[in-house]
Amino acid sequence: MISALTSLTILGAVLGLILGFAARVFRVEGNKLAEEILEILPGSQCGQCGFPGCAGAAQALTEGRAPVTLCPPGGRAVVLALAAKLGKDADMADVKETVPMIAEVKEEICIGCTRCFKVCPTDAIMGAAQQIHSVFREACTACGKCEEVCPTESIKMQPIPVTLQSWYWHKPLTSEAV
Amino acid sequence: MKLFNLRGGVHPEGRKDLSADIQVRALPLPKLLYVPLQQHIGAPASPAVKVGDHVLKGQLLAAAQGTVSSSIHAPTSGVVIALGDHAAPHPSGLPVPTITLESDGNDTWIATQTLDDPFFLSAEDIAARVAAAGIVGLGGATFPAALKLNLSRNSGVQTLIMNGGECEPYLTCDDRIMRERAVDIIEGIRLIALAVAAKEILVGIEDNKPEAIAAMQSAAKGSEVKVVAMPSMYPMGSEKQIIQVLTGKEIPAGGRPADIGVLVHNVATAFAVQQAIRYGRPLISRLVTVSGGAIKSPCNVEALVGTPVQELIDFAGGYSQPASRLVLGGPMMGQQFSNTKVPVVKGTSGVLALTSKEIGKAEPSPCIRCSTCVRACPVGLLPLEMAARIRVSDLAGAVTLGLKDCISCGSCSYVCPAHIPLVHYFNYAKGDLSTQERSKLKQESTKKLAEARNERIARIERERAEAAAKRKAAREAKERAAAAAKAATEAA
Repeated sequence: MISALTSLTILGAVLGLILGFAARVFRVEGNKLAEEILEILPGSQCGQCGFPGCAGAAQALTEGRAPVTLCPPGGRAVVLALAAKLGKDADMADVKETVPMIAEVKEEICIGCTRCFKVCPTDAIMGAAQQIHSVFREACTACGKCEEVCPTESIKMQPIPVTLQSWYWHKPLTSEAV
Repeated sequence: MKLFNLRGGVHPEGRKDLSADIQVRALPLPKLLYVPLQQHIGAPASPAVKVGDHVLKGQLLAAAQGTVSSSIHAPTSGVVIALGDHAAPHPSGLPVPTITLESDGNDTWIATQTLDDPFFLSAEDIAARVAAAGIVGLGGATFPAALKLNLSRNSGVQTLIMNGGECEPYLTCDDRIMRERAVDIIEGIRLIALAVAAKEILVGIEDNKPEAIAAMQSAAKGSEVKVVAMPSMYPMGSEKQIIQVLTGKEIPAGGRPADIGVLVHNVATAFAVQQAIRYGRPLISRLVTVSGGAIKSPCNVEALVGTPVQELIDFAGGYSQPASRLVLGGPMMGQQFSNTKVPVVKGTSGVLALTSKEIGKAEPSPCIRCSTCVRACPVGLLPLEMAARIRVSDLAGAVTLGLKDCISCGSCSYVCPAHIPLVHYFNYAKGDLSTQERSKLKQESTKKLAEARNERIARIERERAEAAAKRKAAREAKERAAAAAKAATEAA
């Protein structure tokens, strides 16, 4: 009886020590891939992909629950970066060839309610109560959150105007074979 | 002098005889001048005048802002009638911020300072005067000249190469300026050499311009400037190629000429430098070749910056037959345009009206991998392979094949027997890549903004909670104190 008790106790203690040791030495770090993917994503937490923020989307991407084309504000560049990171073929047909957009305030009907200003994830809207709001072009990611909350539909996504610096020749038509 | 071999290259028909033998004439003063705020690489100049201001010829219209920028001066005396958008001399024809000047017909110069001996100036002083005159590279790249002088001086340039190649067909404005103003150009070259402390000065001129070579040689006699005849070949007038031919050195991929101790300037830039230093005249006009099969009497004109292109075409007698394509610059690398109201700018070397026969447009057919383009490429790239990758949107693949080293000279498109628009693919890919680059930069900055905002919100909430806890603690302490006081009074 006593020998059985002692042997089992010793066994339990030794195994427990080994397990405890192993848990420290062979500890699994958080998923590195998810962190790397998070680096690629825009980080504006807009939620357009249907996941709770960019971290959620990154997790889903690592588990293969989401396609690499999930991020609308990221555009083509993000799709390509994600495809390269995950070693997947990006199906460009899924990426809507949208022109880059930006939020613009129609100043005649802005009532200065500050709702858009409060939801903007990148602080791209400048304004105060009863003041006309405006958008910092450089900071706007066109996530569309402001458009949803605007009571007067004064803030809308508009294509970014093409300038001499951003203009370039279109791609030669595919019928022009190589 | 020993010349080195150039890799690749093509021999397009010169067609320079159309305009090469006609004396340069000054264009009559136009009524309206459209002066864009950006005629150079870098940041646009910021306007220094208001609508309604009367300005004198050579007065500052817009000042350079930032490190890479250039000032703009009034091409004639008159009144500023608008600060607004006007079509750009660019294939897109997009509107760009432009100062519109209505000339008063007097063409009155602002007071300028003439130097009798400009060679006592210090290197910094020369660069400062070049910057104040708004001089940019007149070969076409329009890089601010003063900046190039300063960068070259700081990196210890040994060789100054003056580019008189003018390898583009049709263009003869550099040829004419060398024939007619050789003495001034040589003085300008010596001033540039002084500004960068160059030990060796070479002027490279293609051997299809014997008169220009003779004029430059006689003007350079007795000075340290060496005039060298180079074989006529396209793209001999490209910066990288002229360096290779004259020095045998090759610029490393992604590098600049200064990395191998060389500075290249165009001969017309040297003339502008001489005018600025000796006479204090800013860059407000340039020689422009008006040519092409559809132009009645091709010629070279001295046009004020801001002159509508239509006035140049009219001056050359208008069209002799319908033009199929209008081009600014040369036919190989020039920019197609359609609106003739666009102005001449500092970088406009030519206005060409080409007939359908000259364009020789043909439908592209499949690539048979003949590798003619590979032999023509002066940089040693594989145009057919790069184009094949770009066609299937594999831009990264094209970059590994050396897309970023492509100088867009168009030699590959010129020789392609299947008429594949190779250089069009490369220009598209470069544009797309730089857009991606820009959006990546923007994404990085917006990400920082989003993180900063999240932190701020968390901090505000934490502070609110702390403040609430403090208030609660204070209230409770007060209540306790009140209760204790009450108990004490009751006990008493």
